[in-house]
Amino acid sequence: MLELIVISTLNGVLFGMLLFLLSSGLTVIFSMMGVLNFAHASFYMLGAFFGYQLTKWIGFWPALVLAPLLVGAVGMAVERYGLRNTHKHGHVAELLLTFGLAFAIEEIVSMIWGKSPVDYRVPAALDFPAFTIFSTNYPAYKIFMLAISVLIFIALLIVLKRTRVGLIVEAALTHPHMVGHLGHNVGQVFMLVFGVGSALAGLAGVIAGPALVTQSDMAALLGPILFVVIVFGGLGSLPGAFIASLFIGLVQTFAVALNGSLASTFGPLDPSIGPSVLSDIWNVTIAQIAPVLPYVLLVVILIVRPMGLLGTRET
Amino acid sequence: MTSTVTSASDIAAKSSGQNLRFYGLWVVAAIALVALPLIFSSGGSLTSFSLIGIAIIFALSYNILLGETGLLSFGHAVHYGLGGFAAVHVMNAVTAHGWLIPLPVIPLLGGLGGLALALLIGWVMTRRAGTVFAMISLGIGELVASSSLILRSVFGGESGISTDRTALPHIFGWTFGPQIQVYYLIAFWVLVSAIAMYALTRTPLGRICNAVRDNPGRVEFIGYDPHVVRYLAYCFAGFFAGIAGGLAAINFEIANSAYLGAVQSGMVLFATFIGGASYFFGPILGAILVTYLQLGLTSVTSVWQLYFGVIFIGIVMFAPGGIAGLLMMHRPLIRARTLGMVIPSYLVAALPTLALACGVILSIETVARYTVTGGEGNIVKLLGIPFNTTAPTTWAIAAVLVVGGFIVARITWRRIAEAWDRAAGIARDRGYLA
Repeated sequence: MLELIVISTLNGVLFGMLLFLLSSGLTVIFSMMGVLNFAHASFYMLGAFFGYQLTKWIGFWPALVLAPLLVGAVGMAVERYGLRNTHKHGHVAELLLTFGLAFAIEEIVSMIWGKSPVDYRVPAALDFPAFTIFSTNYPAYKIFMLAISVLIFIALLIVLKRTRVGLIVEAALTHPHMVGHLGHNVGQVFMLVFGVGSALAGLAGVIAGPALVTQSDMAALLGPILFVVIVFGGLGSLPGAFIASLFIGLVQTFAVALNGSLASTFGPLDPSIGPSVLSDIWNVTIAQIAPVLPYVLLVVILIVRPMGLLGTRET
Repeated sequence: MTSTVTSASDIAAKSSGQNLRFYGLWVVAAIALVALPLIFSSGGSLTSFSLIGIAIIFALSYNILLGETGLLSFGHAVHYGLGGFAAVHVMNAVTAHGWLIPLPVIPLLGGLGGLALALLIGWVMTRRAGTVFAMISLGIGELVASSSLILRSVFGGESGISTDRTALPHIFGWTFGPQIQVYYLIAFWVLVSAIAMYALTRTPLGRICNAVRDNPGRVEFIGYDPHVVRYLAYCFAGFFAGIAGGLAAINFEIANSAYLGAVQSGMVLFATFIGGASYFFGPILGAILVTYLQLGLTSVTSVWQLYFGVIFIGIVMFAPGGIAGLLMMHRPLIRARTLGMVIPSYLVAALPTLALACGVILSIETVARYTVTGGEGNIVKLLGIPFNTTAPTTWAIAAVLVVGGFIVARITWRRIAEAWDRAAGIARDRGYLA
């Protein structure tokens, strides 16, 4: 039991940090531009596939740098030529544009790399067990992933809290017009933020690709969970996104690891009842309801605290 | 002076004339629905018409949210799916217990299924509009879709629940075995639902929905609660989506979890938006087009969904009013008789735009079939000309068509805009354009 708790905590924190790499960009873009970027998870997927392809051509380490940059460039192009032209039609049009993009990117990826998972492997230099805990080998690659996400988290914190760029970004979050009046090029700030957000998503894809499955439906699987994370944490709140990412990461990882059900706790139902909704609920294991849990949390938070954990706005 | 004064009898005559035209339109629609299978009587076209009819109801129900109330939902298919499952369960129960419920009533019960879910989840969802509603609808959609795989006894797991529509009590000797009878059932419900949904837009509730869409703050100021209005609109949308789902269950004689899923929600959004959300007939056009493309493209290309995505992005970026919006833009020009000024520039623009479209299609197909080896797999046939996807000439042609087409097309598009401005200016002078 202790083994399960330790391993699951490690995995949960790891998954949570990955979620934060994505949700931080998403929530900054949202609070700054009012655009909910539906294609954010698609940038994550692009990162994984670019990482896979570049690893095949030039090796993992150059790919680790190049693939996020490429994804960032794609993101900047999307902002400059897509969103900026759609802005005059309102937020719904922008949301729909990113929805269409997410759809198109998934189709393009499955067109080029196929619908089945690609063989994106952990680099040989990191393919060894880092330590053994209760007879379980914990892979070094996962520690590497954790280190990268923590590094990015610290870098993001320093940039946002300690530098001039961060100051402008934070000001543009709440008062974009005032920032414009002060002589900053808000359009360029937006493009930059969008590019950095996409690049972070791409980086998450590059490092998550070998550990998880690199497949053309990975964006569609992760996208809704990301929205849950930023609604749960409170729209536009970075600390909220951080807490929500870790929380949902832990909840999902623990749920997958647990195999209990009502039937195993309280004994099986009387078989004479036959198949019914009750017996379905009675026999389902916690691992089986893991995919549903984030959405249940979403409904609960909406009823209890509609603005999210640390959110302040009602819009 | 005298020409500006209109007497009461003039107004009455005008409104009765409009009434006549209005009722005439519905009568024509009814006659068209009856006559269609007589003209195209093959089995394939009957199936297509049935699917299009279901898609029309579904898209119109979605437009109660998107067009009328300004709520962008990414999970509308949950009501469609619930309607389908309700219909299937009722049909099986009717067969098992020998109740006297004939098949034509079943879609109504499907609608009640969709309505029940809307009543349950709508209150939490419609608390806020805009982006937050969009996100919540996505989350709830996923919640219902993933729960459906857990509650096997209700949703039948992966395989779904099947039924037999011919086993229900027959009326007037209609067994609903042959597709033609199912078509007429669907056509009947299309007409009834379309009239009901159109009537809904004319009621005070429909009007206040538009007001909530445009300015919720003022609606609150005059004493309405926008939340309640959104909730009511959501319930109506859920009800009509349930009718569409019930019809789908009758048509396919099965309901499975794909009915509830994100793909179905995405398709209805595509249909409504491509058709045009700001006019009542927009979603009808969109449903016809999207269903037709869905049926037609799947046999031609393996990446038909990508074309949907491209068309959708194009509409969002360049014509946010959809096809209906594009058509209705021309109405003031026709009335002012200045349409002739725009047509030549359209004809000039048609050629490079077509070249651009062909280039895009050729590029997509080339990439899609590049990896296919052997046989006819990597031959793309476009306008009757075969292209080999591995040949560099094909790549060059595609690149020239895309780049060249785009550069030339942009010049001609600018000329359309200029011609348009001139024509609209004259129309404005003549008083046909506000």
